[in-house]
Amino acid sequence: MVAKKLNLKDKYRALTRDLDWDYDYSDRKKAFPYEEFEGIKITDWSKWEDPFRLTMDAYWKYQAEKEKKLYAIFDAFSQNNGHLNVTDARYVNAIKVFLTGVSPLEYQAFQGYAHVGRQFGGAGARVACQMQSIDELRHVQTQVHAMSHYNKFFDGFQDWTHMHDRVWYLSVPKSFFDDARSAGPFEFLIAISFSFEYVLTNLLFVPFMSGAAHNGDMATCTFGFSAQSDEARHMTLGLEIIKFLLEQHEDNVPIVQKWIDKWFWRGTRLLAIVAMMMDYMLPNKVMSWKEAWEVYFEDAGGALFKDLARYGIRMPKFVETTAKEKEHISHQAWWIFYTHGHAAGFHTWIPSDEELDWLSEKYPDTFDKYYRPRWELAKEMEARGERFYTKALPQLCTTCQIPMGFTEMDNPTQIAYRSSDYEGEKYHFCSDGCKHIFDQEPEKYVQSWLPVHQIYQGNCGGANVEEVLRDYYKMNLGEDNMDFKGSSDEKRWNEWKRKGVA
Amino acid sequence: MSVVAITPDYKFEAKDRFENFHGNQIVYVGWDHHLMFCSAFAYPVPPATTFKELRDGVMQEAFEMHPEYSKVNWETATWLLDNKPFEPQLDKSLQEQGIGHKSLLRFQTPELKGYKNAGV
Amino acid sequence: MSKVYLALQDNDDSRYIVEAIIEDNQEATVINQPAMIRIESTGELVVRRSTVEEKIGRDWDVQELHLSLITLGGNVDEDEDQLRLSWNV
Ligand SMILES: [Fe+2]
Ligand SMILES: [Fe+2]
Ligand SMILES: [Zn+2]
Repeated sequence: MVAKKLNLKDKYRALTRDLDWDYDYSDRKKAFPYEEFEGIKITDWSKWEDPFRLTMDAYWKYQAEKEKKLYAIFDAFSQNNGHLNVTDARYVNAIKVFLTGVSPLEYQAFQGYAHVGRQFGGAGARVACQMQSIDELRHVQTQVHAMSHYNKFFDGFQDWTHMHDRVWYLSVPKSFFDDARSAGPFEFLIAISFSFEYVLTNLLFVPFMSGAAHNGDMATCTFGFSAQSDEARHMTLGLEIIKFLLEQHEDNVPIVQKWIDKWFWRGTRLLAIVAMMMDYMLPNKVMSWKEAWEVYFEDAGGALFKDLARYGIRMPKFVETTAKEKEHISHQAWWIFYTHGHAAGFHTWIPSDEELDWLSEKYPDTFDKYYRPRWELAKEMEARGERFYTKALPQLCTTCQIPMGFTEMDNPTQIAYRSSDYEGEKYHFCSDGCKHIFDQEPEKYVQSWLPVHQIYQGNCGGANVEEVLRDYYKMNLGEDNMDFKGSSDEKRWNEWKRKGVA
Repeated sequence: MSVVAITPDYKFEAKDRFENFHGNQIVYVGWDHHLMFCSAFAYPVPPATTFKELRDGVMQEAFEMHPEYSKVNWETATWLLDNKPFEPQLDKSLQEQGIGHKSLLRFQTPELKGYKNAGV
Repeated sequence: MSKVYLALQDNDDSRYIVEAIIEDNQEATVINQPAMIRIESTGELVVRRSTVEEKIGRDWDVQELHLSLITLGGNVDEDEDQLRLSWNV
């Protein structure tokens, strides 16, 4: 029993640091073999600060309380046929993207923190990583529970782990985490705790989840916010980690900066999917992607980097590009998926007239000029009964693995092409950022498992796209894929609404 | 620059080297300022394929969906091979004219401005 | 001066926490969004246990904030009596 008179700081010390031990009969370096190879210098682990000073007993107490609240809402949601209260059935496709693309990353985060939590010599860091690891496991579990309700009523939820490992566009999030987890433990922390949790997850979990609530999906909103209540702690940890590394040794500064540059860009590309979810997949809009980027990256991230300037850290490389891309990225991403709607495990659609007008209003400088015409063409083709599905496979970026559909920002009707030659092979990239990442570590990215090339190498089962989708990806063709219009999801939805089931 | 790894001699074979494609090479083909197609296409073709076979055969199915594709004048269209000006020879093979594995071919038709003149 | 912020789930506990924050931080701006409440302020933001306890009418542990917290921006300094967010610029 901890005596009542211990204050928070003392209690934290007693229950974390004081549980550590010295290595008197074994070589410390052997106990922590991953600690030095990245070049990071730690002179004093005791300087590690955990700002929330959460001890394990308090951790379990509060997490249990969060779970109770969350599961009460899940129960209410399903007892009340909550799926019938969402704005319209198109919305559910955003949740399919979430389950197949994001929830498996929670699991990867759980594995990643469990691993690095063993690798650090400091007890404070190990405890923080252990808690985060358990949090991330909770996130994937609660997300699966929440979405299992949708699986009873909608297509596309049935095989999410299998799909995550195989489906072409899911190689984007999968390879992001594979990249982080195959790095050393300190790079993993900068990648995930700092760049991902601190700089970027806000964009996924805050405005999008608020959007879920705005579309009547209380289950998703609540698991999102419940997860995000842990993320607030993860973010703070991310900030502390970076300050700790920068304060430990000046030699750490350029290494950390290099990782910030890399992981900021990796994260930016991953967020292209979230951008399209916000602008195109939420029938009721909360804010545009551009607005979310301004609030959660430009303002919040700007303040953060100003704060870090005293350590000699500057804004991430290519941040100027993102200031222009915020006007384009969601439109380009949704067009990639719309034109590949036959090969996606969720439905795609042409935005309604109202939605097109909302996009014009939110993107006055770009939407009518560059993107509305694409939708007019799509509408014309659909009206002729020839809904546009592209007929050949796309060129992919070697680094982010997204089809190379992003344009030059100063010439937005021209695809951006970048390339590098390495040991007699050509590699292609969607952007300066992705090229830069490859050029820094070509030995790593020559191993990129690019879905289009893998299909052509015969490693994805079938001889044609249909076989790959059906047999290798395990999509229910004609049910999971194609346009929302005419889908079974749409038919069932209209039937429920007609019958007034509630 | 190179990777910092705990494994000595961190080295792997390129996953997309030519030998893995069962006799095919990859050629990417993109039409500049025509974004109906979200990106360039990736085609697996034997290196002995002639340029004519690529252009009039392989490319046809996907590109002809564009309302302007039938108006392309191949006499005046210009090409870039791996970002350098290129004059294709129709009856020569890809290999013979330096179109290598994972080469990028782009063509330009400045008189065709895309759907609604919007570069689509 | 940069802005610090925090966001809370829009629930019954948060109502009192927000009231306390407004009382203790004259500069703070409250923004209501679907299912959430965002509070931002220039330079600094403090959540004080004593004020929250006054509003909520019971003992309140600063760490209970985690039950409703969605996100925050700023350096965190927490002890038994308060949670403070600030930037060093
Ligand atoms: Fe998480
Ligand atoms: Fe997290
Ligand atoms: Zn890329």
